[in-house]
Amino acid sequence: MSADLKNGRIVVVGASLAGLRAAEKLRDEGFTGSLTMVGEESQLPYDRPPLSKQVLLGRVRAEDTGLPRRREVGAQWKLGIRATGVDPIGKHLVLADGEQLPYDRLLIATGTRARPWPNPGEGALDGVFTLRTSDDAARLAERFDAGPRRVLVIGAGFTGSEIASACRERGLEVTVAERGPAPLVGALGGALGALAARLQLAHGVDLRCGVTVTALNGRNGRLTGAELSDGSRIEADVAVVALGAMRNTEWLAASGLAAGPRGLACDAGCRAFDMYGIVTDDVFVAGDVARFPHPLFEYQMLSLEHWGNAVEQAEVAAHNMVNPGPLRRPHLAVPAFWSSQFGLNIKSVGVPTFSDQVVIAQGSLEERRLVAVYGYRGRITAAVSVNRAKWLEHYQRLIETAAPFPPEPAAVDQPASSTPVPSDVPDPKLLSHGPTVALTGHQPDRRLTLMRWSG
Amino acid sequence: MKIVVDLNRCQGYAQCAFLAPQVFEMHGEEALRYTPLAPEDQSERVRRAAAACPVQAILVEEEAGPGVR
Ligand SMILES: Cc1cc2nc3c(=O)[nH]c(=O)nc-3n(C[C@H](O)[C@H](O)[C@H](O)COP(=O)(O)OP(=O)(O)OC[C@H]3O[C@@H](n4cnc5c(N)ncnc54)[C@H](O)[C@@H]3O)c2cc1C
Ligand code: SF4
Repeated sequence: MSADLKNGRIVVVGASLAGLRAAEKLRDEGFTGSLTMVGEESQLPYDRPPLSKQVLLGRVRAEDTGLPRRREVGAQWKLGIRATGVDPIGKHLVLADGEQLPYDRLLIATGTRARPWPNPGEGALDGVFTLRTSDDAARLAERFDAGPRRVLVIGAGFTGSEIASACRERGLEVTVAERGPAPLVGALGGALGALAARLQLAHGVDLRCGVTVTALNGRNGRLTGAELSDGSRIEADVAVVALGAMRNTEWLAASGLAAGPRGLACDAGCRAFDMYGIVTDDVFVAGDVARFPHPLFEYQMLSLEHWGNAVEQAEVAAHNMVNPGPLRRPHLAVPAFWSSQFGLNIKSVGVPTFSDQVVIAQGSLEERRLVAVYGYRGRITAAVSVNRAKWLEHYQRLIETAAPFPPEPAAVDQPASSTPVPSDVPDPKLLSHGPTVALTGHQPDRRLTLMRWSG
Repeated sequence: MKIVVDLNRCQGYAQCAFLAPQVFEMHGEEALRYTPLAPEDQSERVRRAAAACPVQAILVEEEAGPGVR
């Protein structure tokens, strides 16, 4: 049995971070069979985080973010072609050109794409962009080089905020429009959202919260500006739509798998569920497209849009694809991500939105160096550091051991006030940007379901 | 030479920025910025930086990608 699993045909759909790391791990684990990588983008796997950072600053070219290989993967690469369906009974993947690729085991790592501007006519205006792919970043960086008079960023999640930060660092005028009460609130809650707002204002961002963009205006096919829900107008020659991500699951609609707008559901071992909730044993899933239960968060289904999750989940999926039942591993890694903006290094462990209270455990908002610790019903569920990354490991251990909230006072760098306050994580429907973590399970006292919403 | 840094692991110790300042640079107090495609003449320095990183956050691909494989 085990020997069989090290051989045969494995097909990976989605040739990006999760797909590549899974392929490497399959070979590390002794898989000697045939490996095929199918990817819609024509590039070899590349890294996305630099796209909203170094690339927009003009320091790195968009085509230069190719991911290094940990090892040879000996794969057949089918790039620039989309998978359009899976036949789980006949066990083959269908490609856009009609080719059928037979598989013994399939890994789905099709990630997410940028949510487009809801009005297609306005979205097609010259000057309107989204940012997900290296092509997107190349086009946007070129526009920034040309020195636009004003950039409008729609949505103040991590991507929108990083874009605004890059604009200011390049000396470009930028307006940020966000429907929620502050930037980043969807991911970090009220206290750090307020810090993010102050930071943007201090760096000269024209920040407009509590408003939506109701229309993008154009003349002769070119963007000229936008109208806001408070009646104001903005002139802008570039608009970046940063309304969050949509999971690439439509192509699975007829597959009989548990795929939908929230992702493709799987068990803790990355095995996909079918639409009846029965676990499959030959279809696996990893990365941004996956929706999986996490024991530290009451087995709620998590969908994460985090680099670190794509890497860790890909490795667990690959291990489980080539090992029999008892040797399989669960994907239990504590969620973690980073963002850098306006000169600050923001890092998070755990799930800040899975919280009812937050306390500044070290440092302070005023100093812009701090660790915020989040709790849910008396236990620690997350920690976020701002220029204090060295401390996160400590809090990660507290999360892993379900330590009581609020935490013991820190030995160093004690905050002025250590009284917990409500974490103020808003209902995602009230935000422009999609949250980068979605708890898609059900909590009776919360409404943290990621739904389709517009604008 | 292709590089990626696991910035979840990176703790901003800045050893890499001392050893290969043309490729790694600190932005603000602890945010690391790097060039994902380092010039070949920096290879030796980058290798030394990767080895010196106390949390082993730097992944380097030895040869420049020989295309599809
Ligand atoms: C601008 C930007 C900045 C980011 N910054 C950070 C950061 O600072 N920190 C952090 O933790 N995370 C960050 N992320 C998130 C991180 O990049 C993602 O979590 C990661 O890319 C997920 O990898 P993945 O392989 O699961 O999915 P993706 O990278 O989305 O790759 C999926 C691939 O599948 C392909 N595909 C989709 N459908 C099909 C199909 N039907 N057939 C064939 N191929 C298909 C797509 O074209 C794509 O290439 C950022 C993301 C972006 C876009
Ligand atoms: S040496 Fe390692 S930990 Fe230090 S800044 Fe560089 S990558 Fe980060």
